[in-house]
Amino acid sequence: MQAARWGTPPGTPGMSDFSEELVRSKTEDEQEESCMFSGTGMSFPWLQKHIETVATGGKKEKDFAQTTSACLSFIQEALLKHQWQQAAEYMHSYFQILEDSDSYKRQAAPEIIWKLGSEILFYHPKSNMETFNTFADRMKNIGVMNYLKISLQHALYLLHHGMFEDANRNLSHAETWRYGEKSASQEVLINLIQAYKGLLQYYTWSKNKMELSRLDKEDYAYNTAFQNMLSHSGKMSVNLCALIQTPGVWDPFVKSYVEMMEFYGDRDEAREVLNNYAYDEKFPSNPNAHIYLYNFLKREKAPREKLISVLKILYQIVPSHKLMLEFHRLLRKSEKEDHHKLALEVLFGVLDFAGCTKNITAWKYLAKYLRQTLMKNHLAWVQEEWNSRKNWWPGFHFSFFWAKTNWKEDKALACEKALVAGLLLGKGCRYFRYISKQDDQVIKKKIKQIKKSVKKYSIANPGL
Amino acid sequence: MDLEEAKEFKERCTQCAAVSWGLTDEGKYYCTSCHNVTERSKEVINTGDIPNTKIQAINRGLKRKRKFEKGWDWYVCEGFQQILYQQAEALKTLGVGPELKNEVLHNFWKRYLQKSKQAYCKNPVNTSKRKAMVLEDNPSHSDWDSEPDLLSDFSCPSFVESGTDSKPDGHTQKPFPISRTSQSASICSGSLDGVTYSLQKEKGIVKMTVPRTLALCYLSLLWQRETITLSDLLRFVEEGHIPYIHAFQRFPEEMKLYGRDKGIFAIESWPTYEDIYKKTIEIAKFLDLPRFPDITEDCYLHPNILCMKYLMEVNLPDEMNDLTCQVVKMTGIGEVDFLTFDPIAKMAKTVKYDVQAVAVIVVVLKLLFLLDDNLEWTLSNIAEKYNEKNKEDKPWFDFRKWYQVMKRSIDEKKQKWEEARAKYLWKREKPLYHSSIDKAVVYKRREMVVNLQKQFSTLVDSVPTVEKKRPSSFQFNWTEGDSTRTCFHGHGLQGILKKKGQSLTTKNSLYWLSTQKFCRSYCKHVTTYEESNFSRSYQFIINLFSFLLRIKTSSLHEEVSLIEKRLFKAKYSKTKKKSRSRKRRK
Repeated sequence: MQAARWGTPPGTPGMSDFSEELVRSKTEDEQEESCMFSGTGMSFPWLQKHIETVATGGKKEKDFAQTTSACLSFIQEALLKHQWQQAAEYMHSYFQILEDSDSYKRQAAPEIIWKLGSEILFYHPKSNMETFNTFADRMKNIGVMNYLKISLQHALYLLHHGMFEDANRNLSHAETWRYGEKSASQEVLINLIQAYKGLLQYYTWSKNKMELSRLDKEDYAYNTAFQNMLSHSGKMSVNLCALIQTPGVWDPFVKSYVEMMEFYGDRDEAREVLNNYAYDEKFPSNPNAHIYLYNFLKREKAPREKLISVLKILYQIVPSHKLMLEFHRLLRKSEKEDHHKLALEVLFGVLDFAGCTKNITAWKYLAKYLRQTLMKNHLAWVQEEWNSRKNWWPGFHFSFFWAKTNWKEDKALACEKALVAGLLLGKGCRYFRYISKQDDQVIKKKIKQIKKSVKKYSIANPGL
Repeated sequence: MDLEEAKEFKERCTQCAAVSWGLTDEGKYYCTSCHNVTERSKEVINTGDIPNTKIQAINRGLKRKRKFEKGWDWYVCEGFQQILYQQAEALKTLGVGPELKNEVLHNFWKRYLQKSKQAYCKNPVNTSKRKAMVLEDNPSHSDWDSEPDLLSDFSCPSFVESGTDSKPDGHTQKPFPISRTSQSASICSGSLDGVTYSLQKEKGIVKMTVPRTLALCYLSLLWQRETITLSDLLRFVEEGHIPYIHAFQRFPEEMKLYGRDKGIFAIESWPTYEDIYKKTIEIAKFLDLPRFPDITEDCYLHPNILCMKYLMEVNLPDEMNDLTCQVVKMTGIGEVDFLTFDPIAKMAKTVKYDVQAVAVIVVVLKLLFLLDDNLEWTLSNIAEKYNEKNKEDKPWFDFRKWYQVMKRSIDEKKQKWEEARAKYLWKREKPLYHSSIDKAVVYKRREMVVNLQKQFSTLVDSVPTVEKKRPSSFQFNWTEGDSTRTCFHGHGLQGILKKKGQSLTTKNSLYWLSTQKFCRSYCKHVTTYEESNFSRSYQFIINLFSFLLRIKTSSLHEEVSLIEKRLFKAKYSKTKKKSRSRKRRK
């Protein structure tokens, strides 16, 4: 704060001068402000100024813009607090942004209004299906660019409420909608809408399939049901096809498409789609693509070599995936030596993840395979893996705490881990010592075996 | 469906902007490219089989009228006249004397038209160009007569008559030429001179704008020495008691607005104090007005009275009024010459009466409590102890208690104010568009908004979202008894003042200046107000008052500095030495 003293520079102008200056200084302030208020986030001052001049006719931000943006924050705050009533009240005023003289804002408005409004109507106690539908239909017809997006979301809302037929009808309407030179983004949307339609058809189809499985092949009804399915599948494949050719993540669509192809015996088509989905570089990296392909190939009884190559990619994306144990088994059975080495790597990789620490199969595999590897004199492989982990695995897996807990919860797991601990850290390690000291009749023999293995193969054993 | 028949419908589709129409079976237009069906239906033109031809004729007449969007011929200044008229009416209902409207504002307006050469002069701008045509256009006279007189309520001679009065030869020289021919109907505006008006940039002429109508209103209020300050006036505008933002909505149905009129009459901001203040001086100078009636001690605008009003408003003790009067006297801001507005004076300025009064109160608070985030709390402790011990007596003013009450009230008020602003509906039933091509789109958009609003209003419990406030010059209401709205008016200042000989002085003998030096450099700022440099109490007080007046905090801070400069003039003018503040005597 300023102190209790003052000093005046000589020649301070008189009061009236001040008022005049005050008046002038104000206008300058306002002009300055106008440069800062545009809120477009542009960093080129000239561009910002230009945009603003276009938008506001060269004047400073209007109160209209200020209050509507305040209104928007009030709506967002109310939504955050689940105050649907208040949100609806503010929404009532926010609609006027559709009449904003700023065409940028006016064009962005329908989407914002749709998002906020549908959220409010979804939760508001006084809202119902009818209100939502009216709102959606209104919003679809504001501006051209929102029709498809809103139609799709509307359909999803209807599905959420179990209105299968209505959703389907909605999608069909949207599908046939055309607007002059539709932009590229709209084309993807049309594909998406068609694909969702396909998904609905898949739903009907798989219901029919269930029914079919309950019927006798000799039954008259069987034939009709089969025909029924066929007709659905035809439409569906057309609907899905376009979308899954476009780069993107389309898991449910791909899955249902493949299922249907397989059902009708068109394995080549299915394989092509899956290969494309997994290997086309234009598609984003997607673990599920490889999982689908692997499962398909497994069903097809493809050669081991092929399966391994698919899972190798999955291993690179998700080393902790539960298929990795299966991957390990495949590698173990392989004839190639580098596959054997990879098999060890994969097991270590799985157990690096906190979610897998209690996976008994993984530990069992590791204990067994580690012993086997050491027996085969591949000490270097083990050391390669262990070197990067020896700093943190003892604390992560083999602490005294874990020994106690594992023993209490799952003795079999504790035994497997004890063997691994012994092999990697030697018999002096805490985990191994704790378990080996346990006096349990049932697994006495097992512990004895462990002790023996450790003594013989432990990499920490100075004798070796 | 018949595409041929729909050819004459040329408007753009509201959905896809194509102009490609077909007719549905019901006779409605639909867009062949996006299948959007309009509300518009084709009027039956081929009425050959309808026996009553009269109906047909009427039908056609109406249709033509709609098609050309033809209302009355009117000039931009008539629009402003409409607005002024509405504003004057609103002021009348607020309790302002009828003379304001009938005499003062009317005369100011006449003078404005004259000065800006639009009427009451030899060669009005508008007439000079089209005079010949107008004068020959005799049939229009009958139209003129039948026209509802916009100004009939201005009690002195109506507009047209006064126009003729000014011409001694009796020849009908209308202030505004009225031409009914369709060529002269402006394509880009509803008014006749909308385009020329918005392009006009004549030096030395203050163009009328919607904000300037408020400046004119304020000038009339000042002339009449009415009990409405500028901040009150602007607050009434914001609360909707005085037509401003929607004023053009209330124009007569036949005064069509579009195109350039939009830029002239549509307003998307509330008026700000500084802006209107500036415009008031500007207009007064332009109108070349004489010295205004004296503002004497019995006028509402005199600082003594305004201080009392604001002391009541912010719940401070009545006893403080003695101190404010002292400050007013010492600074000389209560002098008639200082207070009275004189536009012809060399340096025309008018006092910001309300801001100044409030600044005086801030100075008095600083004198009493120092407001250094320390002394005011010490004094509060003393007052609190005293009040506990002497429950029967008149309580001492407790700054802390007052702060708590005010803080809560002002926060509440501010919150409500912000909410109300966020809910403000700027757009009303009459949308403005740029041209007839836009028209359908704009109307469609309006309809959409109305529909959406209707739908969402069913989700809201209480129907009126913002309750209409009664106009009042007070924003707060303090009552005895209610602990959240405790009234401090009757509290005493004994704890803060002490006897010294015959007179009372403040216990606090220190003072700090809001501004140490006035900036003299080219930046032209009197002072700058960097909030964080000041004590919390001072910030609170400044925020409180500037919210009440709806002004910027820096404006109030400046005004406080100016009062201090007058109050400690001696110190300001001579000292180079730093000296401690002196107590003031009472």
